[in-house]
Amino acid sequence: MVIAGVGGQGILSIAAALGSAALENDLYMKQAETHGMSQRGGDVQSFMRISDKPIYSDLIPAGGADIILSVEPMEALRYLPYLKKGGYVVTNSTPFVNIPDYPEMEKLEKTIKDLPNYVLIDADKIAEETTGSKRAFNFVMLGAASPFIDVPFEYLEAGIRKIFERKGEEVIEMNIKALHAGRKFAEENK
Amino acid sequence: MQKSLLLGVEAIAQGAIDGGMSGVYAYPGTPSTEITEYIQHSKQAQQLNIHRDWAANEKTAMESALGMSYAGKRSMVCMKHVGLNVAADCFMNAAITGANGGMLIVVADDPSMHSSQNEQDSRVYGKFAMMPILEPSNQQEAYDMARFGFELSEACEIPVLMRITTRLAHSRAGVTRAAEVVAQNDMKLPEDKVQFVLLPGIARKRYKLLLNNQAKFETASEESPYNSYTEGTDKSMGIIACGLGYNYLMENYPNGDCPYPVVKISQYPIPRTMIQKITSECDKVMVLEEGYPVVEEMLKGYLEKEAVIGRLDGTLSRDGELKPEMVGRALGFDVEEGAEVPNLVSARPPALCVGCSHIDVYTALNEVVAEYGEGRVFADIGCYTLGALPPFNAINSCVDMGASVTMAKGAADAGLIPSVAVIGDSTFTHSGMTGLLDAVNEKTPITVIISDNESISMTGGQHSSAKGKLESICEGLGVEPEHLHVLTAVPKKRDDLKDLLRKEFEYQGVSVIIPRRVCVQKNVRDQKIKKAAKAKAAAKA
Repeated sequence: MVIAGVGGQGILSIAAALGSAALENDLYMKQAETHGMSQRGGDVQSFMRISDKPIYSDLIPAGGADIILSVEPMEALRYLPYLKKGGYVVTNSTPFVNIPDYPEMEKLEKTIKDLPNYVLIDADKIAEETTGSKRAFNFVMLGAASPFIDVPFEYLEAGIRKIFERKGEEVIEMNIKALHAGRKFAEENK
Repeated sequence: MQKSLLLGVEAIAQGAIDGGMSGVYAYPGTPSTEITEYIQHSKQAQQLNIHRDWAANEKTAMESALGMSYAGKRSMVCMKHVGLNVAADCFMNAAITGANGGMLIVVADDPSMHSSQNEQDSRVYGKFAMMPILEPSNQQEAYDMARFGFELSEACEIPVLMRITTRLAHSRAGVTRAAEVVAQNDMKLPEDKVQFVLLPGIARKRYKLLLNNQAKFETASEESPYNSYTEGTDKSMGIIACGLGYNYLMENYPNGDCPYPVVKISQYPIPRTMIQKITSECDKVMVLEEGYPVVEEMLKGYLEKEAVIGRLDGTLSRDGELKPEMVGRALGFDVEEGAEVPNLVSARPPALCVGCSHIDVYTALNEVVAEYGEGRVFADIGCYTLGALPPFNAINSCVDMGASVTMAKGAADAGLIPSVAVIGDSTFTHSGMTGLLDAVNEKTPITVIISDNESISMTGGQHSSAKGKLESICEGLGVEPEHLHVLTAVPKKRDDLKDLLRKEFEYQGVSVIIPRRVCVQKNVRDQKIKKAAKAKAAAKA
């Protein structure tokens, strides 16, 4: 799975929850991420690989990703060369505009809707409606991608529990709620 | 045993802690920074009293690590690839002095230049210094090799270079930790009291010893658990896969059914017997290596007597990092890529943060420079290098740490007046100070702007050695007090900054202007830490 976004949007928390879920259940995982220069508002991505067999490459081969999970609509399209035929694009519809030549929303939406398999979800709005805060939008996104991830849903809940262990029950519950809301949307709109 | 989820860099850090290290020395640089940060945040490192403060630059870091090795303890020094250029003087000579306590030199290369000025391959340096090199291919090896590196260093009595690249540095995987932690060495000075005294007479003897030891290093590579020879049925080709190259090879044979004989190399000098076997038994050899075609060039030779393919003949791209599909194509597989990137996708380059103090500096500087004509701003390495991009387009150079000051000096010597340097606080103490001394000694007409955000920001806000010291350093170097100015970098003081710039551009000597405001990201982090500490204290009360 390619997880995409803009530096500062916190895509690594999605990867951390998934990674923790994989490791706790004795699955193999590798997750490559972007540090350094491009973190300053540039495009960032994380390559997440989970398997029951050993994984060699930290990078996903072009045409080898089952899912692109993007927390920003334009960034979802940047990684299309990595997507397998039949793979799913799951993307947030709320744009992050920090460049002068950001494409028109209408055209962007149309391009996404022309993809064979996609889920277009307003994760910011759903996060706010279900948890009262936009902060959990990353886990709305993970929830929306979950029907296409071949890892049991309970594992993802456990992963969230693990990474927010020290932040207390309230934060855990908020993010798990967000996860469920995202999944529900995807089930109804895939 | 329970696995820990670790980045490659974190695996090295934990491996070194568990491997009996007494101190880490480093200057931040992507993709190496988190090795030292991990150790700084480690409770275990704190309990073991491991040295873990940042150094002023890579050279001071490496020399300190060598000093700790001299005293018999295990030391590690970490840097990015270009940092090794800064530390190269010590590096080359440390191969000749040798090590006493185990010394591990970890250098993180950045092929494809994700966050760097070049993609130099540190294995070339290792070969240059004739030092053993380790090149882990995964996170587990990175962990294991830290300990192994200390042992190898002590057994071979020489520092050992560990070379990693961005993908391993910043990729996470499960790592199984060793059951036991190695105790730190006691202090023990070298038996030979002049071993580290590189006077010509002694250096010649030590150099002969280094040359004679090459056979020993080669034997260590032959016997290394990290190098291997795997037989194959199809001898039309053999494959030599170094470091991460091995992963990209195996990625294309997920069931482990590679038909060709394979030599996996993760320790250098290259294992001669294995190489001889594969080149003699196979019709040709493909070399897969991350970075420069180091091994490929060695085997192919100038006269190209061996049938070797790889990066030099175009089988693989000559530049940039390896990719699994690139290796797949080289092996003759059909790779079906996904759809193309639609045209409407715009580039999203990194940018200065909203509210960043460098923005105030560049906004003022651009206006004043326009009055004199463009092309006179020499910048340096840090967040402020982003001033090269729109909307600022404010700088004309970024070459190496500290080069802003000295390039401005050289250009002024050539008649480009006014000539301006823009350098950050930490870059200034890293390598800018000596250049400023040159300019002061010659009273060269340059204006140096030290854009001080009290932090090493590009790499994540580490402590800047310059903190609280810039004025006294500049005065101590001989900058005249009436041409040394400090002001707050905020929008409402932009006119003051512009006036200062105009005034100092006219001065026919060295001027230093220090616009100062803490990095916005650092500020947020510091406030969070303060808040957490307060909450903790309140909970205790």
